[in-house]
Amino acid sequence: MTAYLTLSMLLFSIGAVGVLIRRNAIVVFMCVELMLNATNLAFVSFARQHGNLDGQVAAFFVMVVAAAEVVIGLAIIVSIYRTRRSASVDEANLLKA
Amino acid sequence: MTAFWILAPVMLVAALGLIFARKAVHSALCLAVVMICLAMLYAAQDAPFLFVVQIIVYTGAIMMLFLFVLMLVGVETSDSVVETIKGQRAAAAVVGVLFAGVLATAVAQAVSTAVVGLGKFDEHGNVYHLAELLFGPYIVAFQFTAALMIVAVLGAMVLAHREILVAAPTQQELQAKRMRDYAEFGRHPGNAPTPGVFALHNAVDTPALLPDGTPVAESVAASLRARQQDEVRDTHEVADVVAEIEAADIEPTATEGQEDA
Amino acid sequence: MLDQSWLLIAIPLAGAALLLMWGKESDKFGHLIATACSTASFVFGLIMFIQLAGRDPADRSVTANLGTWIQAGTFSVDFQFTFDTLSSLFVLLITGVGTLIHIYSIGYMADDERRRRFFAYLNLFIAAMLTLVLAGDYLVLFLGWEGVGLASYLLIGFWQHKPSAAAAAKKAFVLNRVGDLGMALAIMTMFAWFGTTSIAAVNEQIHSVSGNVATALGLLLLLGACGKSAQVPLQAWLLDAMEGPTPVSALIHAATMVTAGVYLVVRSHDIFDASPTARNFVIAVGLVTLLVGAWIGCAKDDIKKVLAGSTMSQIGYMMLAAGLGPAGYAFAIFHLLTHGFFKANMFLGAGSVMHGMNDDVDMRHYGALRTAMPVTFYTFGIGYLAILGFPGTSGFFSKDKIIETALATNIWVGIGALIGAGVTAFYMTRLMLMTFFGQKRWQKDVHPHESGLTMTIPLMVLAALSAFAGVISLGNWIEDWLEPATGHLEHVEPPLPMLAITLIVLVVVSAGVALAWFIYGRGNEIATEAPADDQVSVFTRAGRAEMYGNQINEALVVRPTTYLTRALVWADAKLVDGLVTGTADRIGELSGELRKPQTGFVRSYALMVLGGALVVLLALLAVTLA
Repeated sequence: MTAYLTLSMLLFSIGAVGVLIRRNAIVVFMCVELMLNATNLAFVSFARQHGNLDGQVAAFFVMVVAAAEVVIGLAIIVSIYRTRRSASVDEANLLKA
Repeated sequence: MTAFWILAPVMLVAALGLIFARKAVHSALCLAVVMICLAMLYAAQDAPFLFVVQIIVYTGAIMMLFLFVLMLVGVETSDSVVETIKGQRAAAAVVGVLFAGVLATAVAQAVSTAVVGLGKFDEHGNVYHLAELLFGPYIVAFQFTAALMIVAVLGAMVLAHREILVAAPTQQELQAKRMRDYAEFGRHPGNAPTPGVFALHNAVDTPALLPDGTPVAESVAASLRARQQDEVRDTHEVADVVAEIEAADIEPTATEGQEDA
Repeated sequence: MLDQSWLLIAIPLAGAALLLMWGKESDKFGHLIATACSTASFVFGLIMFIQLAGRDPADRSVTANLGTWIQAGTFSVDFQFTFDTLSSLFVLLITGVGTLIHIYSIGYMADDERRRRFFAYLNLFIAAMLTLVLAGDYLVLFLGWEGVGLASYLLIGFWQHKPSAAAAAKKAFVLNRVGDLGMALAIMTMFAWFGTTSIAAVNEQIHSVSGNVATALGLLLLLGACGKSAQVPLQAWLLDAMEGPTPVSALIHAATMVTAGVYLVVRSHDIFDASPTARNFVIAVGLVTLLVGAWIGCAKDDIKKVLAGSTMSQIGYMMLAAGLGPAGYAFAIFHLLTHGFFKANMFLGAGSVMHGMNDDVDMRHYGALRTAMPVTFYTFGIGYLAILGFPGTSGFFSKDKIIETALATNIWVGIGALIGAGVTAFYMTRLMLMTFFGQKRWQKDVHPHESGLTMTIPLMVLAALSAFAGVISLGNWIEDWLEPATGHLEHVEPPLPMLAITLIVLVVVSAGVALAWFIYGRGNEIATEAPADDQVSVFTRAGRAEMYGNQINEALVVRPTTYLTRALVWADAKLVDGLVTGTADRIGELSGELRKPQTGFVRSYALMVLGGALVVLLALLAVTLA
């Protein structure tokens, strides 16, 4: 049980670091997906731990929402790419002080 | 647990590969590996429904979506190794390690009782009880997520829509443009040759050859060219054939019906 | 009439206001109005004097109260004017000599286009000086004190276009201010100790307080007197004040304003009676100034500056006499009166000489003027004899009495006064010889001529007064007259019989005259250009530099104050402004630093989000573990 949680936590941390390091917007998005998957793993592990299926229901919902999110996010990235011809997250720095 | 100890290192390596890979496509493939391993872990934890859904929805739909968009958008761009924000990598590494450490400490406190297990759901099966929960206590959330999906579809349509502001050029206009380009720039007004013409291979990545043997780069698709995957193959065979023809000294036969131009 | 003493002040004051406000229209006749006002004051003053003389000696003090000036709690000051024996003499001197000088100025300032304004200022001065001598309260006296300071400033700097005149006016005003500080502190002390500043009340109550209060008051009043009367240490302005027109020098800086200090000391005689320490200081100041003034007079070639040094010296005599206590007050006033006559006489004579010599003041360009300007010569000569103390002249009586009393009080003070008399004889003879005798050293285009009647008639009147005013000391008249105001005259016995002292004085004076005649007379060549500073003795150099008075002031006061102001300006700019703008700058820098996290990069913000999440987790962990 602890092992599953440790794995989930490590995947989550790796995803977080990936968000900070990568500049390609799509790869950043993929790291976010990795984080969501890690939480799903934690949910399922706790469901088995506590003996009820609420964790699995939560994981299910996470998947649904992640799907919706991916749809919109990628649509946004595509439309940004169309106008700016670049998919780097560093390009959107107009809020610079 | 054996499944776990085999799959966990694979997942970790794949996750590290995801964040450190140079090309985006490699990252996408690593993520796919992670997701499949996760699906297997779900199966190992008595969540067969989620195992299937993970593969079908996540790996099958979402990752494919990622790959499509990658091909549309980011396949040429590879992140340069040099970091533009000063200290970002060091700070990310430090914070990441600290974060992992804190979570590890938290995790160590989290579980202290024995695992209960999902034995009591064996009677009717996992799907049955999941449905009970979904259409029971979680019905409202279910309906909301459904609405969310519809909204997402609409959003995607709106975002992907391209407003056509300029009328599409007609065939006449296109042809006129071709003639003008020929007049001004000497650009060949006809079709570009398809790949493989006069070449010894007619694969998609083989450029066509001009009568004198030089390869026509434009005959290969632009995306292949961009990835330097166009390949001129066996040009020396063509040179041999040309030499043979010249050596044979075949006279050109006048064909009937050929008129002087 | 006697209780209308305010009229004496009001008429010249009205004249001044009228002339200043009427403006250019009154240029043609303004001087006549001013002279008429001054004459009216004199006539009224004379009438009041005669009326006062007709009264019983115990009754010779009339106070007129014009109403309350200041009323603040228990402190009240009334506009009190006291016409008593002392102030009556001053009234006559001020208005009499003042009117003569008004008449003189009609001719002297005839070519000046701002003559009307000059006469307005003269009237203003007369009004202020009369306020000073008629005041029955120290604050009203201070009002007149400041008024004469103002008039002096306006008149010294009358020729505004000359930078030297403007600077001299400023210098006079500033040095007077230092003295005024002493005066103001004295008035404040009076208020603190007696709750009143009325002269009569203070003089009454001074005997009931400790000697230290009297000493403090005496010293502060002495400081004020030093400023106004150009005594050491505040004497540096008097010679510079000769930048003003000669009638101004005659009226203000010879006869009247500079004697205000002596008046103050005599009027406050009760304070000085109660404090021997203060009296000693007065004597010291008088003695030093008397010798310093004489020294300076020997070294100057400017006729007005010689006369100014002489004034300084003679006022030193008066201060000396006033410091001798009840034995000397009457003689101080007596000498003040006679000095007013003969010094004004000589200044007006000098003005007449300058008028004829194209306004040149350098005596080295004069010579043999007695044939060219006879009336001036004779009247000036009478004044000269008076200041020498020639037997029979007014100066003889007044100066001798002072020397006698000085010898009686302290042998060294008396010897100092005696030496002063000798030096006076020397430099006055030098002046006479250089100006009226010897060879002609006139410059080109100089045609000396006698002045007009408006100028010579006052000269003659003053000469007559210089000659015959000594009569008022016959039969001790002046001492008896002044007794109600100055207290009973203590007769002190001189160490030698009076006749012996008189002879010794005459011998010393003759020695001075002889020495001057030896050097400058007998047909000796007098250089037309003054010898350079390195060719004269160190004593002459000191005299030319006015005993380095300016340099001392510069070093002790001006420079430290300049440094102080510069330091304050620096502190204001750097510290105060620095604090304000510095705070603004620091805040700007701070915001510049705070701006740095706003990189605009999503990944930096993501890093901060992760960092924040880490902190929250740590906090949660700490809480659950603790």
